[in-house]
Amino acid sequence: MSIELNARIPEGPIERKWERAKFEMKLVNPANKRKHSVIVVGSGLAGASAAATMSELGYRVKCFCFQDSPRRAHSIAAQGGINAAKNYQNDGDSVFRLFYDTVKGGDFRAREANVYRLAEISVQIIDQAVAQGVPFAREYGGLLDNRSFGGAQVSRTFYARGQTGQQLLLGAYQALEKEINAGGVTMFPRTEMLDLVVVDGRARGIITRNLVTGAVESHAADAVVLASGGYGNVFFLSTNAKGSNCTAIWRAHKRGAAFANPCYTQIHPTCIPVSGDHQSKLTLMSESLRNDGRVWVPKQKGDQRPPNQIPVEERDYYLERRYPSFGNLVPRDVASRNAKEQCDSGHGVGPGGYGVYLDFRDAISRLGEARIRERYGNLFEMYQRITDEDPYHVPMRIYPAVHYTMGGLWVDYNLMSTIPGLHVIGEANFSDHGANRLGASALMQGLADGYFVIPLTIGNYLAQGGLTPVTEEHPAFAVARAGVEARTARLLATRGSRTVDSFHRELGQLMWNKCGMARTAEGLREALDEIPRLREQYWRDVNVPGSGDSLNQSLEKAGRVADHFELAELMCRDALHREESCGGHFRVEHQTPDGEALRDDEAFAYVAAWEHRGDDAEPVLHREPLAFEQVHLTQRSYK
Amino acid sequence: MTLLRFYRSTIGKKLIMAVSGIIGIIFLILHMVGNLQIFVGPDRINDYARFLHGPAAEVVLAQRVVLVVALVLHVWMAWQLTRINRAARPQAYTRREPQVTTLASRTLRWGGVFLLVFIVLHILHFTTLDLDPTFVELDVFGNALKAFDSVWMVGFYTVAMLLLGFHLFHGIWSSGRTLGVSPPSRAPLQRRIALGLALIIAIGFAAVPLAVWFGVVP
Amino acid sequence: MNLTLRVWRQPGPSVPGRLERYEAADISPDMSFLEMLDVVNEQLAVAGQEPIAFDHDCREGICGMCSLMINGVAHGPMKGTATCQLHMRSFTDGDEILIEPFRAGAFPVLRDLCVDRTALDRVIQAGGFISARTGAAPDGNATPVAKVDADRAMDAAACIGCGACVAACPNGSASLFTAAKVSHLGLLPQGQPERLRRVLRMVDQMDQEGFGGCTLYGECMEACPKEISIDFITRMNGDYLRASLSAGEPRT
Repeated sequence: MSIELNARIPEGPIERKWERAKFEMKLVNPANKRKHSVIVVGSGLAGASAAATMSELGYRVKCFCFQDSPRRAHSIAAQGGINAAKNYQNDGDSVFRLFYDTVKGGDFRAREANVYRLAEISVQIIDQAVAQGVPFAREYGGLLDNRSFGGAQVSRTFYARGQTGQQLLLGAYQALEKEINAGGVTMFPRTEMLDLVVVDGRARGIITRNLVTGAVESHAADAVVLASGGYGNVFFLSTNAKGSNCTAIWRAHKRGAAFANPCYTQIHPTCIPVSGDHQSKLTLMSESLRNDGRVWVPKQKGDQRPPNQIPVEERDYYLERRYPSFGNLVPRDVASRNAKEQCDSGHGVGPGGYGVYLDFRDAISRLGEARIRERYGNLFEMYQRITDEDPYHVPMRIYPAVHYTMGGLWVDYNLMSTIPGLHVIGEANFSDHGANRLGASALMQGLADGYFVIPLTIGNYLAQGGLTPVTEEHPAFAVARAGVEARTARLLATRGSRTVDSFHRELGQLMWNKCGMARTAEGLREALDEIPRLREQYWRDVNVPGSGDSLNQSLEKAGRVADHFELAELMCRDALHREESCGGHFRVEHQTPDGEALRDDEAFAYVAAWEHRGDDAEPVLHREPLAFEQVHLTQRSYK
Repeated sequence: MTLLRFYRSTIGKKLIMAVSGIIGIIFLILHMVGNLQIFVGPDRINDYARFLHGPAAEVVLAQRVVLVVALVLHVWMAWQLTRINRAARPQAYTRREPQVTTLASRTLRWGGVFLLVFIVLHILHFTTLDLDPTFVELDVFGNALKAFDSVWMVGFYTVAMLLLGFHLFHGIWSSGRTLGVSPPSRAPLQRRIALGLALIIAIGFAAVPLAVWFGVVP
Repeated sequence: MNLTLRVWRQPGPSVPGRLERYEAADISPDMSFLEMLDVVNEQLAVAGQEPIAFDHDCREGICGMCSLMINGVAHGPMKGTATCQLHMRSFTDGDEILIEPFRAGAFPVLRDLCVDRTALDRVIQAGGFISARTGAAPDGNATPVAKVDADRAMDAAACIGCGACVAACPNGSASLFTAAKVSHLGLLPQGQPERLRRVLRMVDQMDQEGFGGCTLYGECMEACPKEISIDFITRMNGDYLRASLSAGEPRT
């Protein structure tokens, strides 16, 4: 089976494409919707909003999450806000500007039509969230408040204190619970998808493991929607939740879904630095902190003085110096790379020199401590809890950390993967952020996909017909289930000498060093050499205690890490093939004389979609060319 | 249907407790004002007793009916809620460290049982005059002097009033919250009004036996 | 630092459990409490024993998945902090730490320290939402919301659904959880049409799940990692009374 990448972008001018697509879509008669079943894997912003909305339309939905409740999904941790082209601030924002900023912020590696639709829908998301009771910040007049966010020169970000992701997720979660109560959605918490079932070339179901009883179960449906999030945990240390994993999309990839741009990972600039070997995850602080905080390092290398004793003339406010017009508000990839450069050149601060200062001294003296407390109080508290340092008096120390993966399963304009019937939404797909995501855009994309795109496009797929009746009794389910059971049994039977976490840490360190913020051909080749060796050792020497027929957290981790190994290899392969620098993908060999990312639009203005050809075969690269008709390809400049 | 649903819910039961409790508090204030007349002199308080049993007899009867109903409901709901609350944690913690629970809220249940016993004895003592055959009907002053001649009796009444104070402290404060009428507070566990009222009532009642014991009654 | 742990171990929901003793050696004060448990678990796994099962996910205090009664206090000794954000500098060398699951009849133990909190989801299902079908919403600024109301709604909405309020309550009551959602939605103009119906249904469900009643001890507020105020319980009680007195509301 060979893959054909057809993006199915509607004809016509960009501002009419979505309208046209909606009109041309085949519709399912309201009475017939009840006859169709849809599986949704994941219950974050994308999954919960999709499941709820599809149920409202009348489809029978089964929704799965590995946590104990859909409300735990990691969307909940997004702090800063959600973008929308409302132009409530009258500062010149528009759908086109949000579209333009997103394409440019993504370093011209996103599909224009998708991004334009995202910008269009952004407006409806805010309305929907407000109607659901999301308590967005308000001005005294009772109207919605906005703030500016990294990479944008307009104030278009809506927020709910520092908990915007939580509040938007709870809105979607409540809509989901409403539909569960109404009987349209059946929820399966503490259940993990372990394989995709393809029948006659179409996605017709999944194999799951009940994480409490260990039971391996089959679920058949007319279509499958993956909303399982990103794969940042390949790096072990990331800002993702501990449970976040790539298993759902990786299993689908192995069943035939192309994986697009796996090397595009976003490193977030404002995270709390690592404190020791015990570190289990990294904590992000909203980049809204950069609105008032100033980033600096000591001019003198290895300066050990406490920060408050370093006079202003001996501080290098390097972002303000290098990017006078955007200053501390440059996009995430630029801010992260600059921090790394400062640390690599010996200017870093804190343990091991892995940190730069984010200083609020000037903002506090200008606005007063009370105003700063009002804006960032919860973030300051969180920082103090973790580091035991008081950021009102001592500058914060920050360091970049893996945060978001722009890559994911390849999807067409209708969010369908290369397997008919398999749709992918939210962070799990590759579609809208190109090579770098702008702040406050992840929430926007998850909800746009879930509330407004997939509920329509799934109907288009189902209405085209050709779906033969398939139940869990179909032989394909038995085969897939046997595969899952054999894999579980093998992990449990190995009883080697090393724990799952020790392997995961080693893989993460390797990926961070070789496929992290700065990548070289040599390093990537080394990684491609080492990962298979480590993976082979993993399957030979991993120690998974306990049994498969009860709650076994080691076993859960073991399966996920096994998939991380395989994806890590594909990430390195993709990073090696992309002989250019763009957004979050920085190849040291390809940079401008002053150290900025140097794209090669002639050779690489395409989406790299990888096809799995079996465990022992090399993956095959397919290219979806990107055409830029609205936004002119330029080198990004934030100077 | 609505009533049944209300009665079945834990909040409904709490509301019944709050309202019956408030009826009890109003009675206690009236009772206390009556008692304190003992400090004016024997005639004053005995006149008051004659007034209650003569011209105001119907009112007193109605009030007794209301009080008995309130007390029965209060105890009954407390019993039911206690059972529900116990059932809500079938397996106890090996160790649980209360952070802010006050002595008042901790003694609410057992204190309540003690007060119930006290109320029964007190009625047998001063209302039906069954405990002490030497009591004379309508001579409240004389009866009080006889009753609080014993250190045991003074002790029993004083301990009861101490527990009443605790009971009221938590009860007064929480009844406002149960009825949903307490305004939002910056420090929602502060409860000055409840403390003041509970102190006044407890001291107001305990004053009589103590004053008799120490011989400061005219 | 070196610590002694006494941890509740229970192989499954219907199997009796007991406390086991473990030594946690070389613990750094910069570790989080869960990282300390990670270290113990790594040692157990290497020794061929089954690691201690405990719920956790985001490890930044927002998902509400972590739990634990630490020395008899829900989420441990630090106020306004979930277990995942509790650091070992809150303990001293040589301490003995007792770790139990959140206990309530409505939270059956699944294994060791993991409990089933889906009862809270069912309370939300009963009415913890605003029925706003996707696509039907008016403009976000069509209805102004006074800042003070939006802020108070946000105070209530900050609930992470961890269940510490239930765990800490001597009565095992979920009143603070339920009140937070009733108040979040009831404070906003969008939440008014369903306000009375919502409180009736959610309270009924809360009772049906086997949670206890509220005695206003205040333990819940003390345990809450988001420091949600019992003022919201007052508000819920008022709404419940109003709903019970108003005859016209649908009562299914």
